[in-house]
Amino acid sequence: MWKWLHPYAKAEKSYALSGKLMPWFLAVALPTFIVGMIWGLAFAPADYQQGDSFRIIYIHVPAAMMAMGAYSTMAIAAFIGLVWQIRLAEMTVAATAPIGAVYTFIALFTGAAWGKPMWGAWWVWDARLTSELILLFVYLGIIALYNAFSDKVLAGRAASILTLVGVINLPIIHFSVVWWNTLHQGATITKFDQPSMATDMLIPLLIMIVSFAAFLGFMVLYRFRNEILQRESHRPWVIALVQQSSSSVNKRG
Amino acid sequence: MAFASWSDFIAMGGYSFYVWLAYGVSLLSVLLLVISTVTKRKKIFKHVEQRLLREQRIKAAENREGTL
Repeated sequence: MWKWLHPYAKAEKSYALSGKLMPWFLAVALPTFIVGMIWGLAFAPADYQQGDSFRIIYIHVPAAMMAMGAYSTMAIAAFIGLVWQIRLAEMTVAATAPIGAVYTFIALFTGAAWGKPMWGAWWVWDARLTSELILLFVYLGIIALYNAFSDKVLAGRAASILTLVGVINLPIIHFSVVWWNTLHQGATITKFDQPSMATDMLIPLLIMIVSFAAFLGFMVLYRFRNEILQRESHRPWVIALVQQSSSSVNKRG
Repeated sequence: MAFASWSDFIAMGGYSFYVWLAYGVSLLSVLLLVISTVTKRKKIFKHVEQRLLREQRIKAAENREGTL
């Protein structure tokens, strides 16, 4: 029943499939981004305590959530890559890390820009902030480790192992607001209860979360294809692809 | 609509600096990521193309007569 999945272990098939999926992810990411951004910035009501500064939430929370989502994806891919020796899974790890790093940076930066007017400080060594900063360093470590080896098979394995080691940080980030007495507020949507947020504010936030997730998917697919092209650059199918694109450019020019 | 006028919207209830700073830097960092990803793809294509041309030149040189 699941045999149809087999051909996708071949790089060429995976390359073609991701190329087919990419426009769909973009088709979700762009409209939701525009709608969510305008709704969140202009139409959602101001917070009764935080005024309009709370509007930073519409990038802060989606970025933070998807930074962790990206890491979970990488961890699953790393596990699959290490156990079943699937190179494509290790390429997924390498492809996802930079996007996760950018999302983590966005979460940290917007958090600082929100913290300054609300807490009076750009940065505090609070459990949530510190564990999120460690996530950024783990991401950077994975990227650096992957680039340190010229043998990409070895690089993929090393980066995957580091990814699995870093998983310990995910529950620490998530529960940091519960385990420690922090300045950062607790969870408002990811809990087993009614979301403690007004619906008018919540809907644009959910739209933005969908947008960030779809954009993450789009970028992962794009970078995944880059990884495949680079590693298979000596294979006939890549050479055919390059010749095809260069001849079409020449015709146009 | 939470704001009465366009200038009200820009002012963000007095938090304009922080709100627009957060949005601006986020947008910029995503943009940089997109640019680096797209240029990477172009670079790979160019690289392979150059390699193919070099291989062609080497082959052509091998077939030349009257040389060492």
